[in-house]
This record gives sequence, C-alpha cells and structure tokens, in this order.
Amino acid sequence: MIKFLLKGLIRDKSRSRLPIIVVSIGVMLTVLMHAYITGFMGDIIETNARFSHGHLKVMTRGYADNMQQIPNDLALVNVSSLTGELNQQFPGVEWSPRIQFGGLIDAPDENGETRSQGPAMGIGLDLLTPGSPEINRLNLEKSLVRGHLPANQGEVLLSEVFSKKLNVNPGDRITFIGSTMYGSMAIYNFILSGTVSMGHEALDRGTIIADIEDVRLALDMDNAAGEILGFLEGGFYLDEIAVEETEKFNSANPGNTDDFTPVMNSLSQQGTMNTYVSMAKSWSAYISLIFIFAMSLVLWNAGLLGGLRRYGEVGIRLAMGEEKDHIYRTMIYESVMIGIAGSAIGTIFGLFFAWLIQRYGIDISGIMKGSSIMMPTVIRARISPVDFYLGFIPGLFSTVIGTMLSGIGIYKRQTARLFKELEA
Amino acid sequence: MIMKNILILTAVTLLTSGLAGQNAEEILKKVESNVSSDNRIFESTMIIHGTRTNRTITAKTYSVGDKQSFTEYLSPAREQGTKMLKLENQLWIYSPSSDRTIQISGHMLKQSVMGSDLSYEDMMDDRKLTEVYSATVAGEEVIDGRNTWILELTAKVSDVAYYSRKMWIDTERYVPLREELYARSGQLLKRTTLSEVKMIDGRWFPTKIIYKDILKQGDGTEFNITSVKFNQSIPDYIFTKAALKQ
Repeated sequence: MIKFLLKGLIRDKSRSRLPIIVVSIGVMLTVLMHAYITGFMGDIIETNARFSHGHLKVMTRGYADNMQQIPNDLALVNVSSLTGELNQQFPGVEWSPRIQFGGLIDAPDENGETRSQGPAMGIGLDLLTPGSPEINRLNLEKSLVRGHLPANQGEVLLSEVFSKKLNVNPGDRITFIGSTMYGSMAIYNFILSGTVSMGHEALDRGTIIADIEDVRLALDMDNAAGEILGFLEGGFYLDEIAVEETEKFNSANPGNTDDFTPVMNSLSQQGTMNTYVSMAKSWSAYISLIFIFAMSLVLWNAGLLGGLRRYGEVGIRLAMGEEKDHIYRTMIYESVMIGIAGSAIGTIFGLFFAWLIQRYGIDISGIMKGSSIMMPTVIRARISPVDFYLGFIPGLFSTVIGTMLSGIGIYKRQTARLFKELEA
Repeated sequence: MIMKNILILTAVTLLTSGLAGQNAEEILKKVESNVSSDNRIFESTMIIHGTRTNRTITAKTYSVGDKQSFTEYLSPAREQGTKMLKLENQLWIYSPSSDRTIQISGHMLKQSVMGSDLSYEDMMDDRKLTEVYSATVAGEEVIDGRNTWILELTAKVSDVAYYSRKMWIDTERYVPLREELYARSGQLLKRTTLSEVKMIDGRWFPTKIIYKDILKQGDGTEFNITSVKFNQSIPDYIFTKAALKQ
C-alpha cells in the first residue's frame, strides 16, 4: 500500500509538491534558526574563553578569589612542571599558560622623555614557539592591521586604536610601566612590531599583546603564570564536561585552603560567566522552543488545509465505497511521507545555510561600535547534533497532527448526502 | 548650686582641652625637631615580608630638608642602579635596564615602593605635621615600658594622603613609637611601629620602623636604618635629573 500511496503522491503533484515545499521551508528555517542561536550564544562564550577565561582555568586559590584584580603576586609558580602534570592528567585538553597584566604604556620622545602615555591591559601568551595555537586562538594573523606579528623577543602588538592614541608606529620603542609579581615597579622596553584590531571594542581600547617570556622578564615572574587556560577537545565549550574535569582536579586537594594551592575553574565557574552560560542555555532553549512552536502551528495549518482541500476527493472515494478508516489511514500515511520528505529536504537546506553562516559569518561590527562587553563582531552559526533531527518535530509531527485533525471530518460525512454535495 | 557646678565643670573642661591642644602642638614640634635635619645621608635595609617570600632591598638616600631627596638602590641585582629623585612635589624614577626616567604622578603615587608597604605618596608627603594636621592629646599609654602620649591628628588641609592619624609619642625622648593612619571614612589604612631608638648626633632617632599596609597581604615591611649622618655636605648635582643616569 505504501508503494501505491507513494506513486499517487509522485504522480499527483498537487498533493505532494506544495505541501513538501511548505514543510521544507518551515523545517529549513527551524534548523537554521536553531544553529544560528546556538552559534550566537556560543560565540560569546568562545570569545571569552579564547581571550580570558579558557574552557578551564587553573590558578591559585588566592588568585581565583580575587580574579577581577588580576593579582599576579598570587600567580602560579613552577608552571612548566604543572603544565606537564595537566597534560598527563587531561590528555584531551590543550593547556596554555597566560599572564594578564595592567599598567601604563609610555611612548618616549627623542630625548627619552614621556611623549604620550595611556593605561593598558596586557595579555602574555606563547607567541614565539613555532606552531603555537595561541596565534590562531586569538585570530592574530587576521587581526593584524600594520606591521607583523612578534617574531623576536621584546616585540609586542598594540591595538590599532591604542597605537594611534599614543601616536606610535611599528618599529617604535615603547615602555611598559607596571608592577612586578613582588610589587616592585616594572619598567620594561618593548619594540612595537605591529598593531591589531581585535574586533572587540573592549579589547581595542588599550591592549598590549606580548610573548609570555617577555612578560615574565618584565614582571619578574620566572616560570610563573597568572593562569593556565585549558581548551577542550573539539574547540567548543561543553559545560558538563568542563565541570567534571574541575571536580577531578580539585578533589586532589580537598581540604587545602592555602592561597597558593592550584585550583581549576570551568568557564561557568568564573565571575559572571556562570550567569551567562545558564542564560545562554535557557535562552537558546526558549527561543528554539518558541520558534519550533510557531513553525508547528504553520505546518499544522498546512496539514489541516491540505486535508480540507481534498474534501471533494474524499467524497468521491467514500461514494465509491472506500472505508472511512481506510481513507483516514491513507491520508495519515501520505502526510507521514510528505513530512519525512519535507523534513529531510528542509534539514539539508537548513544545514547548508547554517554551514555557510558558520563558515563565513555575519558581520555586525557596525552595530557594535561603543560596546564595552566582549562580544564578537562576526556572528557565526554553530551546527550541533540536534540540528540533524530537530526539524522533524515541526516537519513531521505537526503535518501529521494537522492531517489527523482535518481528517476527523471524514467520519462526519454522511454517505446519503455525498452525491448531492458532489453535484453542487 | 547645680548651675554653678555645671559652669565650673564646663570651664574646667574647656581649659583642660585647650591646654591639651596646645600641648599636642608643642609635642609635635619637638618630635619634628628631633627627626628632621638640614640634610642627612643614610643607608637602609628594607625587608619586605611578602605573601610568598621575603625580599631584602638596600639603598642609600641623600636628603636636604623636606624638599629634596635622592635614593639609589644598591641590591638585589634586579633593583640595583634604580634611582629615585624627589624635588619639591615631583618624583622621578630611573630604571637602568630600560634606560628610562619616568615621572611618577597621579594614581601611580599610590603604588607600592618596590613591593613594600610604603607608597610613593608616603615618600612624597614630607610636609611638617604641624602644617597639615591639628592635634590633640587623647590620653597616655605605656608601650614596651615607655610612657607615651597618644596624639590624635586631624587634617586641616584637603590634599593629604591620610585624613587622620593617631601617634604614640615617647614622653621623654619625643619620638613616635607607634602610628596609625586612617582614611576619612575612619578605615585604618596603615600601622607603623618604631623602635631601636638611638641617640645620634645629639638627637633621639628611631632606626627600625615596621610598616604594615592593612589593605595589603603579607606581614609588613621592616625598614632598618643601618647608618645615618646628619648635616653633611651634599653636592647640588645629586638633586638633578642628570644624576639619575649617572
């Protein structure tokens, strides 16, 4: 019977083409929207992870308690051996020591006197080791505006906006003034190798990016680092896995309350990110649910209309003596087929468009001017396993339910009046 | 009768408080004449008891009155050759590793000197206490077997790092033995303990000072004056920016 129904659908385009197109469009929009929302929410998380939070972060307990102040006097020491241990204990995670620091950047004139000066926030990370993933992680190559990436010790990057404010160019000498790990004044010379535009207003205001070894020299932090960031396999933040890893690490020192004990926090356990991660989860679910519900109504109506449109056909079939149950069943089978076909086509198209947005992104830099939060200026979709079956909820079930509802009318038709209806 | 008693009590209170106020000013003047001089050269050791390690920094300081001072750090290796020059209300620091002379101003003055419990602001504010604060005697106390007056100082000018201070002054030698520095809100910011008071060139001089920044972690900073010479001949070029790079 399925073969018979399938033939009917293929031959009678009015029964298949439009319903399939409607279902496909609905499913495509559902899949695309879900991937876009997941990507948008995830992008903010990943941006924060790459620049400052990591998916996981190891730091001392004292540092973790006062993280907003970046207390490098409470930094981790013997970092090379700690990183080795982390690599052994968590083989799937990429670990990168970082030093965040603050201070002043001073540009001297030809006499060595201060010409211009401005407050800076700095990131010290591995820039000089060949193949270091940090350059890609911060997207430095693409962010470069002038000059080149640091290739030698002592070279640094400044944000383009900041370099213009200080009136310095690649090749110029600049001096960092800040505090060492021990609280002494740090005065350290760098050569500006290039300028970058990170695409984040908050970062572009006054950022200095230097190799971690240079920062260690400047801040008297031999083999030390404020934090060691961990990035999960696959490059995407998964809260459940991250929290599990932190529990595994922290259970090694349960009773140790010493300020210098290393502790691990997941991204969601750092500052306000917890609120954001839970908000992202619930918002993503709510927005998707609302959209799926709306699409379900549309497709349900499509199914309903499809059923009503076949009022005459049903009448003839009843007049010819076909059983009401049989007609009802065949209409449901047909709607299942249309639902499956439409959902499959819609999912394929939805995934294709989502992939395009995932790969090329949508540039929203124009509306991000003046923003103080760390948000990406290019929004990308993110295809997740859910997207492969999510479209079937409105595509298949709503269409079938719509047909089932409209089909109830079959049982209300009176055979005696059928010919009169058909004559009309 | 009751009214008479009240009047007598009020008169006595006013009289004693007035006398105490006057005494406090005199005490402060005597303290200032004890610890200040036309010029001095001293060598010091600063032991900074940090959260993780203790660091010892040695330095040699030349100063003339309360307007000019020049300090050269002698050790450890990282700080060696770092120099600081104070002229009036300006402060410069020279870093030999970067060959830069930086003027310390604005919020940088609040920063710690070499990671100690002293800020640059503390070093800068050398004005006489009697010029900046009005003082009253709040009581007496015995500290380490020495009788002291407790002086409460309240700022009478606005550009002052600490709104109020509490000082314990040795009644015999006129040197402070303890001091507490407060913000306008009443929050205790720093505590100083002075000891090892020695007679040097006819004046009593505390040679060991322990500073504790209450808002800073660590166990404070111990400042020991290892040698001090008063009224020396100091060449004028010492107090120039050119001397920083020499």
